Amino acid sequence: MASTTDHSSPMNRKRSAATRLIDDGFVWGTTAIAIAVGLLLAVIALQVGEDALPAIQKFGLGFLVSNRWSVIDGEFGALTQIYGTLVTSFIALLIAVPIGVGVAIFLSEDFLPPRIKQPIVFLVELLAAIPSVVYGLWGIFVLIPFLSPIGIWLNANLGWIPLFSTAPAGPGIYAAGLVLAIMILPIIAAISRDAMVAVPAELRQAAYGLGATRWETIFQILLPAGFSGIAGGVMLALGRAMGETMAVTMLIGNSNTIDSFSILSQGSTVSSLLANQFAEAGGLQVSALMYAALVLFGLTLVVNVLAEIVVRRFSLKL
Amino acid sequence: MTSRLQSARQTDSVFHTEDLNIYYGNFLAVRDLSIDIAKNSITAFIGPSGCGKSTVLRCFNRLNDLIKSFHIKGKIYYHDQDLYASEIDPVEVRRQVGMVFQKPNPFPKSIYDNIAFGPRLLGYKGDMDELVEQSLKQAALWDDVKDKLKAFGTDLSGGQQQRLCIARAIAVQPDVILMDEPCSALDPISTLKIEDLLQELKEKYTIMIVTHNMQQASRASDYTAFFNVEANSKGQRTGYVVEYDRTEAIFQSPKEQATQAYVSGRFG
Repeated sequence: MASTTDHSSPMNRKRSAATRLIDDGFVWGTTAIAIAVGLLLAVIALQVGEDALPAIQKFGLGFLVSNRWSVIDGEFGALTQIYGTLVTSFIALLIAVPIGVGVAIFLSEDFLPPRIKQPIVFLVELLAAIPSVVYGLWGIFVLIPFLSPIGIWLNANLGWIPLFSTAPAGPGIYAAGLVLAIMILPIIAAISRDAMVAVPAELRQAAYGLGATRWETIFQILLPAGFSGIAGGVMLALGRAMGETMAVTMLIGNSNTIDSFSILSQGSTVSSLLANQFAEAGGLQVSALMYAALVLFGLTLVVNVLAEIVVRRFSLKL
Repeated sequence: MTSRLQSARQTDSVFHTEDLNIYYGNFLAVRDLSIDIAKNSITAFIGPSGCGKSTVLRCFNRLNDLIKSFHIKGKIYYHDQDLYASEIDPVEVRRQVGMVFQKPNPFPKSIYDNIAFGPRLLGYKGDMDELVEQSLKQAALWDDVKDKLKAFGTDLSGGQQQRLCIARAIAVQPDVILMDEPCSALDPISTLKIEDLLQELKEKYTIMIVTHNMQQASRASDYTAFFNVEANSKGQRTGYVVEYDRTEAIFQSPKEQATQAYVSGRFG
């Protein structure tokens, strides 16, 4: 290039006005969309907060620790639902995290030839595509009849443990938790698998090169290196479990009082309460439901913030 | 650790290959390799890209076993033990034959834990602090990091990271260290530091190094194998050793035309 001395036809390096316009328009357009999403969230929160205001003024923070939900007396407290939400989500995580991470390990390593592995990866992700009402139906007609004898046995033999202190009555917290576990399993498995696949091949080779076995490599290098991704997936799954409505409403029994810690007893979650009562609610009850919705909103927010902190604190720098 | 490998009789040549042919599936990657690697020496593998130097290097610690289609014909002996005999556990081989890779690859753990990783796998019972210090000193990294052993290995500079990887390899007290272009991602000063380090390390270990840098091979190695590559009628490129000799001989009086052309920079 340096040898060309022909200045008569300089390269046209100017950008046309049209491309500049498109460029600027793109920046402004995407900015506006991003802000709109934030605004939408704020508007929803404000609206819910405004509608909840009468209940907030009447019950205050006592709403969170009272387990009395009586439409007739106009007394509302959401402890039963908050407890139900936390316990069903916890049961779901307890079951789904080990299985989901196990599936992720199996599907990210070369245990299987790709021709067999790919369909399995697809099937696991397909679990996430089943509508939650179908999970609910399956729970009612298949899972609960199957679980009942187990629940009766647990109550008869381990009834001294508070968790199993009541006799099961068909639907209940444990059935809802179990179905939630199945529903969040694909989220955990898929995100954890992506996290493990993304661990640089050099780290595997380094571990193998030092004489680590496959298991040592997986547990001491790959899992820690993929930890932030896995934790992110678990938190996303927890958010899903806390907000899940249809399947839980169909399986939890919808009892608005809590009289034991038993997971075999019936209960309700914040979202099942909302789904059950909104259609016929009026007056202060609507406001109380809005308050409960705000609490759920807050719970998921706390989970997400905690997740962010955990991921930042423990994520390994790659 | 009373393995078959350990019980192998110590011989002057650490590795000895006989008519080694390396395949990926039906593809012949390297052919007819017969080579002896002398104990406590530095052996360099040089040659143009794609001639199979790294592939050969990874045969000596059986790291190629991770690739499903990989297989060999011929023999590799480690001292007097057949390295690919069915009763040999590749994991044990890698505990004897350490490796340093092209791109520095410290674990996302602390400097201390990086070094301690290998010894912990082996169930090392001695004083870990001392082993870490010794390994870092041998890798000429101790003075740089002695005050920040808890810092992440991945936060070090590229040259320091590579010395950390060398220290990590040394910590399991291997017999041989394989190095696959260990300086290709480093600046000239870091490169010189590692070359100096190699001279010290060969007192205790046998070192085999793949390099694209011919000055490095001529400066740092005792023996040099020059690899070249030829394509067959189907366009498959197979590597082979053109000439293997003392490094001075390869660089000053090569017997083969191709070696002469390569070391004088006329191709490659």
